[in-house]
Amino acid sequence: MSNEKRIGVYVCHCGGNISDYVDVNKVVEEIKKEEPDAVIVKDLMFDCADASQSEMIDDIKKQKLDRVVVAACSPKLHETTFRNMAKRAGLNPFMLYHVDIREQASWAHENNRMGATLKALAHVRAGIAYVKSAEPLEKIKAETTRSVLIIGGGIAGLKAAIDLSAMDVNVVLIERSSKLGGHVAELGEIYPYYTAGSEIVKNLVDELSGRGNVAIFTNATVVSYSGYLGKFEVKVQRETSEITLQVGSIIVATGFDTYKPYTGEYGYEKVRGVITISELARVLSTAAGDGSAELIYDGRKVRQIAFIYCVGSRQKPPEDGGHANQYCSRYCCNAATSEALTVHRKFKDIKIYHFYRDMRTYGRNELMYESAGRSGSIFIRFDEDHPPLVAEEGNRCKITFWSSLIENQPVDMYVDLVVLITGMVPSHNEELNRALSLPVGVDGFYKEVHPKLRPVETNVTGILICGTSQAPRDVRETLSSASAAAAKAASFVLKRELELDPFVAFVDPGLCEAHQECIKECPYGAIELIEESGKKMAHVNSAKCKGCGACVAVCPTGAMQLKGYTNAEIKSMIGGLAR
Amino acid sequence: MSNVNFEPKILVFSTNMISDPGIDLAGMSHIDYPPSTRILRLPCSSMVRPEFIIYAFESGFDAVFIAADGGDCPYLSDCSERTARNVQRAVDMMKEKGIDQSRLRMAGICSVCSDAFANGVKNLYDIVKGLGPVNGSKNA
Repeated sequence: MSNEKRIGVYVCHCGGNISDYVDVNKVVEEIKKEEPDAVIVKDLMFDCADASQSEMIDDIKKQKLDRVVVAACSPKLHETTFRNMAKRAGLNPFMLYHVDIREQASWAHENNRMGATLKALAHVRAGIAYVKSAEPLEKIKAETTRSVLIIGGGIAGLKAAIDLSAMDVNVVLIERSSKLGGHVAELGEIYPYYTAGSEIVKNLVDELSGRGNVAIFTNATVVSYSGYLGKFEVKVQRETSEITLQVGSIIVATGFDTYKPYTGEYGYEKVRGVITISELARVLSTAAGDGSAELIYDGRKVRQIAFIYCVGSRQKPPEDGGHANQYCSRYCCNAATSEALTVHRKFKDIKIYHFYRDMRTYGRNELMYESAGRSGSIFIRFDEDHPPLVAEEGNRCKITFWSSLIENQPVDMYVDLVVLITGMVPSHNEELNRALSLPVGVDGFYKEVHPKLRPVETNVTGILICGTSQAPRDVRETLSSASAAAAKAASFVLKRELELDPFVAFVDPGLCEAHQECIKECPYGAIELIEESGKKMAHVNSAKCKGCGACVAVCPTGAMQLKGYTNAEIKSMIGGLAR
Repeated sequence: MSNVNFEPKILVFSTNMISDPGIDLAGMSHIDYPPSTRILRLPCSSMVRPEFIIYAFESGFDAVFIAADGGDCPYLSDCSERTARNVQRAVDMMKEKGIDQSRLRMAGICSVCSDAFANGVKNLYDIVKGLGPVNGSKNA
């Protein structure tokens, strides 16, 4: 490392967002005083403005700056902006460090100007300390295969396949069962436009057929995968043969399972006339009614129906800490009111009593709820601790309920059909989860990196999730998330070459004593033991490394480090922050 | 001993994708927490070497707060356990050096856990304010 360092420091006012609470001038003056290597220390009204960036580029070139610190908003907003600026100026982008003095200083401590200023100063010092020990880094380049594997042939998988095919990306779609369409293919009319599920599936399948760049395999499952974003190799089991696919990205669209009530849950499988919403949907999909028909179920004329909501959803966790579906299944209130409207529309004089805990007919679905109330549906709220009881009495189902309106007074009523409004549960995919090492959240659905910032990505870069494999969703939400995943996958594979962040682990060979703690710690199998000129040492496979740094913490000698976050860089930052 | 003018300096280890956004949110929501906190972000809390923690105390920090990824970690499902193991090793090292272990705190801070962060840091601040500076002699 050369001793001569030429650092540029740019402290942002953010138009007052920072300078109203942080004494920006004081920060600049202090750094000027104490930091001889800081050739340029400036405050700018907006660091991110085009003019400011041009000024920085000018400074970098004319003053031969080799390191830059930008002190501004959160790096989540503009780190990429400034790294790109550095690149345009001919400076290695990783010789620039972005410190936060807005979200974590001016906005956080607006009542304490001195405190906010000292904090901002400390963060700038840390940035300077970082760039002083920083080394130029190169992004990892990876070639891409222009094709995507979609796992799951339900509406999400079909939609993603259509979108990708239209973007000129080769698609292989595999489906575990023998037919396409998943659950939706079996559904009757679906809100909000009362299109039949089978119709939706047919439209999607028709749109896919005849496309030269789509291959569909049914009765096919994933056996294993290797590789990384841009270059995955996936082994797929088809009826009798195993095939190997080369793809650039993978979309998981494996859908959900319907919650199956346990025997005796609200009389299920014990009391005649107790069915689930899926069974009702099947009955209604084949029933032709013009508003004057009679509904006969199981030989019984149906005049009154009870809907019981939140079955298998929003469960209380048991005392012993066992499993419970604590989440709201999101689609059910809407689906149930929609089915109620279908009943009212097709049949004459049927009353539906909706026993609900909380109605969640969000957005425009609220109109269905209103409409149901006007069409012969009555909504009765029950408390979580006092669910209705279902029993068989005579030729009918007896419901005993405690309404929040009639305190502590049990009320009996008789109906001909009880419909359990069951939620969605995660699909059973243990083999796939093992094969792809997919992350599963607390509710058992696949988990995205970040619900807002990276909603379809998993922590395995290049493997994306969508639809109800990720969370309970309705048809509209499922299709939008499928399109989102397709767009994301295309953004990967349409580039010939990908640039990945260079923040991967590396070994300082001089320090490594082959303790192998890192190998045990790495969940991605990215570290192996090698022998080099007679010395055993750890070696990192950069393509497999995700850059968590778990290996760094357990290394007894400090040999294992993370690029961009080396032990020296971190220690120098701690020193800078402590001053 | 406790000094009214003593401002405990707290080093916070945050994580790029989870707790740092949570800390940002505290600022965006103008939630008050001690300004004598300094924040250093890493990819994942499981990366915090016990040596970093000791180095922070040796550099003059009076407390260290690890804003861990918790269950939201995008890298490791058992991130909390791994981080906790490293923290335990740091606690052992602190004992050897005679540093009160209540100066070190780990808490899962999710990307929207701004209140949890502010409360956690405030609480640590109060405890360390009572303990006095880490070196026991000079004021910060």
